[in-house]
Amino acid sequence: MKPYAVIGAFLVIGLLLPLMTVMAATLLSPRKPNPIKQDIYECGLKTVGETWVQFKVQYYIYALIFVVFDIEVVFLYPWAVAYNQLGLFALVEMLIFAGILLAGLLYAWRKGALSWV
Amino acid sequence: MGTADFVEIVVKSLVIIWALLTGFAYMTWFERRVIARLQSRVGPNRVGPSGLLQPLADGVKLMFKEDIVPAEADRALYLLAPLVAVVPAIMAFAIVPVGPSVTLFGRTIPLHLADMNIALLYFLGLGSLGVYGVVLAGWASNNKYALLGGLRASAQMISYELAMGLAVLSVVMLAGSLSLVDIVNAQAGGRWFILLQPVAFLIFLVTMIAETKRAPFDLPEAEQELVAGFHTEYSGMKFALFFMGEYIAMIAISGVAVSLFLGGWRGPFAEQVPILGVLYFFVKLVAFLFFFVWLRATLPRLRYDRLMHLGWKVLLPLSLANVVVTALAVVARDTGFFGLW
Amino acid sequence: MSAQFVIFGLLAVTSVATALAMIFSRNAVHGVLFMVGNFAAVALLYVLLGSPFLAAVQILVYAGAIMVLFLFVVMLMGPEPAPLWEHIPGQRPLALLFGLLLAAGLIAAVNVEELTGVPGIMSQEVLERLGQPTALAQTLFERYLLPFEVTSLLLLIGMIGAVVLAKREKHELQAERAPREGGAE
Repeated sequence: MKPYAVIGAFLVIGLLLPLMTVMAATLLSPRKPNPIKQDIYECGLKTVGETWVQFKVQYYIYALIFVVFDIEVVFLYPWAVAYNQLGLFALVEMLIFAGILLAGLLYAWRKGALSWV
Repeated sequence: MGTADFVEIVVKSLVIIWALLTGFAYMTWFERRVIARLQSRVGPNRVGPSGLLQPLADGVKLMFKEDIVPAEADRALYLLAPLVAVVPAIMAFAIVPVGPSVTLFGRTIPLHLADMNIALLYFLGLGSLGVYGVVLAGWASNNKYALLGGLRASAQMISYELAMGLAVLSVVMLAGSLSLVDIVNAQAGGRWFILLQPVAFLIFLVTMIAETKRAPFDLPEAEQELVAGFHTEYSGMKFALFFMGEYIAMIAISGVAVSLFLGGWRGPFAEQVPILGVLYFFVKLVAFLFFFVWLRATLPRLRYDRLMHLGWKVLLPLSLANVVVTALAVVARDTGFFGLW
Repeated sequence: MSAQFVIFGLLAVTSVATALAMIFSRNAVHGVLFMVGNFAAVALLYVLLGSPFLAAVQILVYAGAIMVLFLFVVMLMGPEPAPLWEHIPGQRPLALLFGLLLAAGLIAAVNVEELTGVPGIMSQEVLERLGQPTALAQTLFERYLLPFEVTSLLLLIGMIGAVVLAKREKHELQAERAPREGGAE
């Protein structure tokens, strides 16, 4: 339990640092807002249209494939830690596991899901 | 936990945060001076000897700068984003051992904040949370460049996170532990993991630059096309916090890299004289930081499709292959296949 | 009252509050963030229960990967509110049914000893050991070998599904967007 309590204490102290700097700056800095200053920057022109437009679907595909592989990597971590104790059999198990996922990667690759267009 | 333990934790936390802040301040000076040298310029040299007081001057200036919030921004998230960018970077350093144990006031004090048996997963988890700082900044600003920068950054960071996780994994297999303290101890006697895992080291090197969004992977803040990307609308201290986050992340990730591959604080006589260990750690850390600066001065920015190609089609298969090769090699070693290792 | 109890109370309140805020927030991005907060609180509960590995996985996979995906989905949909029709007829009663089945299964698995008198897999000592990566690996790679390999098949199916869906969506989007002025990247 102890290291986690330490991390908790560190988190509290670590949060104070940026909060304090922002607060100090708020006290010290001038504040003279006006509509032109508060405009959204767009190379000096008035902004055109909505900010929130539809984005490329490719971002979403990367994120989906990422989720699948992230789960794989997470599964591999306990395997790697205990690898010395698990022996040869664990190697075969992992090779099958990684092989199946590698097939998935190859599939996505062949279908062009990994290419940025 | 007694009072002495509590005092130890608070003092250590404050020292780490002070060191990271000073490191951040002088890293900006170091970067500007080194890049100036590489480009046959002088760099900042007016404030104090060799410009050493420049970071202080910059800090004071930023303190007094007006903090402009765009009228249409999402104000709560606009404040939250820089905090989310800084805090995980600071937290990541908690697991890095900077030296062997020292004895002070009759107490044995290990020179690391927390030794967890899941330290590396904690580190990767913080890295994945770092995505939010950038993407929130982009979204909250309500600016097209900022949103695009934030989106690019998050896609880039997740693409390189996998290869980084797998590169770390092959070191974990050799050390048999997720604790950085154990991993540094496994490298005693000059058996640095960079020698046993050169490929993993190279993958980690590339991914750590991509994860910190530094040149040549600085597409999220490409000044020519996205006018600084996710922090376009930020000014004053909040703008400075993004820089703080970026530089502290560089320091923290370099600290992890040193511990994973370069033996951490280990070196000749480091165990007998703890201060030497801290010195070794510092020298190795600075070597990594110099590398960051050197790359920025040398390489042009990648194109976005090349960036994704490198992450998904080169680094990911390579790191997976490296894990398999390592697994085979460990089995070969354990069954005496090589005779000597 | 021990410190642990106070922390538990704080985390429990936080996780319920963020969950409710997630459901009731009008803004989809805020909703995603409340959910990240919820996952973080739950991860800390795991730490409190002595399962740091599970906590790290919770942060890494849920907060770090799945929520980024959600964020992308929100951004992909654009500012227009999503239509509220149901794709699969009768999915609400079905969801309720499966949810109850899952809850029953989980309760039975945890309380198998009290219910039947036979010590189950999730005995107290196993639960205590399971938080550590090494113990988890032994359980996963020796006892639950087949489920583990089946997981990789599930992940493979998930990936193929993602690629197929994304390909279709891509064509639809492009067809839909073509007459309009092209959106951002």
